[in-house]
Amino acid sequence: MYVAVKGGERAIENAHLLLADRRRGDRAVPEVSLDQISNQLALAVDRVMAEGSLYDRDLAALAIKQARGDLIEAIFLLRAYRTTLPRFGSCEPIDTSEMKIERRISATYKDLPGGQILGPTFDYTHRLLDPELAGSENSNTRENPKERAPNGAKAQRVSEILAREGLIETDGEASSEAPLDITQKPMEFPLERESRLQALARGDEGFLLSLGYSTQRGYARNHPFVGEIRIGEVPVSIQAPEIGSPVVIGRVHVTECQMVNQFKGSATAPPQFTRGYGLVLGQSERKAMAVALCDRALRAGELGEDRTAPAQNEEFVISHCDNVQATGFVEHLKLPHYVDFQSDLELVRKMRADQGSQKDASITSEAAE
Amino acid sequence: MKTENSEIATYNFAYLDEQTKRMIRRAILKAIAIPGYQVPFASREMPMPYGWGTGGVQVTASIIGRTDCLKVIDQGADDTTNAISIRKFFEKTTGIATTTHTCEATVIQTRHRIPEVPLKAGQTLVYQVPIPEPMRFLEPRETETRKMHALEEYGLMHVKLYEDIARNGRIATTYAYPVKVEGRYVMDPSPTPKFDNPKMNDCEALQLFGAGREKRIYALPPHTKVVSLDFEDHPFEVNKFEKPCALCAAEQVYLDEVILDDQGSRMFVCSDTDHCEERRAAGHRGELAGHALEAAQ
Repeated sequence: MYVAVKGGERAIENAHLLLADRRRGDRAVPEVSLDQISNQLALAVDRVMAEGSLYDRDLAALAIKQARGDLIEAIFLLRAYRTTLPRFGSCEPIDTSEMKIERRISATYKDLPGGQILGPTFDYTHRLLDPELAGSENSNTRENPKERAPNGAKAQRVSEILAREGLIETDGEASSEAPLDITQKPMEFPLERESRLQALARGDEGFLLSLGYSTQRGYARNHPFVGEIRIGEVPVSIQAPEIGSPVVIGRVHVTECQMVNQFKGSATAPPQFTRGYGLVLGQSERKAMAVALCDRALRAGELGEDRTAPAQNEEFVISHCDNVQATGFVEHLKLPHYVDFQSDLELVRKMRADQGSQKDASITSEAAE
Repeated sequence: MKTENSEIATYNFAYLDEQTKRMIRRAILKAIAIPGYQVPFASREMPMPYGWGTGGVQVTASIIGRTDCLKVIDQGADDTTNAISIRKFFEKTTGIATTTHTCEATVIQTRHRIPEVPLKAGQTLVYQVPIPEPMRFLEPRETETRKMHALEEYGLMHVKLYEDIARNGRIATTYAYPVKVEGRYVMDPSPTPKFDNPKMNDCEALQLFGAGREKRIYALPPHTKVVSLDFEDHPFEVNKFEKPCALCAAEQVYLDEVILDDQGSRMFVCSDTDHCEERRAAGHRGELAGHALEAAQ
């Protein structure tokens, strides 16, 4: 006898208990602490903060631990928490020329004011697995890095150097109104560039990386140069009406990438370099570069270029770059769909029956001839 | 306004903060004022994944009150895993009464079905919608489809249905079958089987549609005219099942096919589990109900 399936509730509870058990793993192995994650998996924490759009290392570390290291799941956890937080207001625009620089490189100049600073980078490492890291490493025996003392020269942004000669488009004016928050207002296409950059900043690193890559391979090629990448801390300030001037409330670690792209000019604009811009919370050079490539590609309409490639298609890029949305909708295919499937099943059966009877009819008519 | 449950005391009643609820209610009111029109709203990240009912959950969270009684179904059943999960979410964040009985519920959140029992005035049916745009698979650009709605340009949809007939001899859309609302907007009924489309027409209850990932809300106020698109020579028709429900003997209801063994034998049972249970409680017996068939059957 068929009995309608029951007991889903108990099954869900048990599945979650099992998940918690697997997350903890072998009890003989010490549990990983949030400090360990925050310090030693710092770039994972940075990615979760950036795509979770919430600058909080401890919460991001907790999310990574809870998600068993699944970063998209961790991003989702952080977003679902972020959405419940009250908004107190907007900060002043951060000024990256005020950055306490940890890394700063330019590919367009051999040297420049403020210098080239390699900082903590994987670049030029040989990707050889390090057996010393496999054991219980005694980190005290490692040589301490020597850092050049800052010479006090302000690290001018490369865009400002080019702008002096009018060779590159300017920053443009910041709108006087508070910036649109894409998590508080529905996006409507076509977007303002500020909304687009917000969406890209929280977009999936892998998706944007591949799209940026596609522009280099000829799908909307626009000759990019890394004008500058800089990583470091910038002060965040708010306008306090009681005081009358901006007050610094903290510092955030950001990565900024300015891509410099050729532009042959138009009827109204002389030939000059244009820019693609990427700014990401935390240290994520790959993401900032990908955002800058996509930003430039998405400006095709504004700059009067033909839109021929996926990376230039704003609806395509922005509607699909959010990994929390993407993973949700892809994974929803796991939910039961048997009602709709039943409808299709009936239709396919009917169509097969129709086809069968047509064949029979043609055989009979052939036989009759 | 905090819930009594200290474990989750940091969340507001029904999870969303009051400002967000107000924003969503405004979108709902606009949607009710323009039946079938997709109102953009600032959909929030919810603690369940996009595509798993976040739109419906936000609509329900915004309209539900302490005296409401909630029913949640998925595929017509109260006991499918995601229906359980959503019902538990509201039990936890609101503490309100829940039910599996369609007639007791004031708010019914659903995925893919409309209950078999006609809904009554005072009830609200909240649909979870994955893709609110009926023309999305014909025209992927939102900028274009919005224009088409504004100009009432629905030729593309009719061409699609016509091509179905030309190729297959019939309209090969079996669920998410497009409807026209009050002679104006073409609307996606969410992926309910087309069997349920006639229930939307002139319904006494308020019908609300929430698409979280796509950030759209739309509505059918009570007694709205909802017509499934068709042609004079190919009128809209619903699927008919050859046999009644094997458990409760109901006819003219939507049935699920259940595979019984590895020989391919199967039975058909009500997709609306509450309807089926109530009929069996009332003494109706299908051929596989596990009881002797009653003479009345």
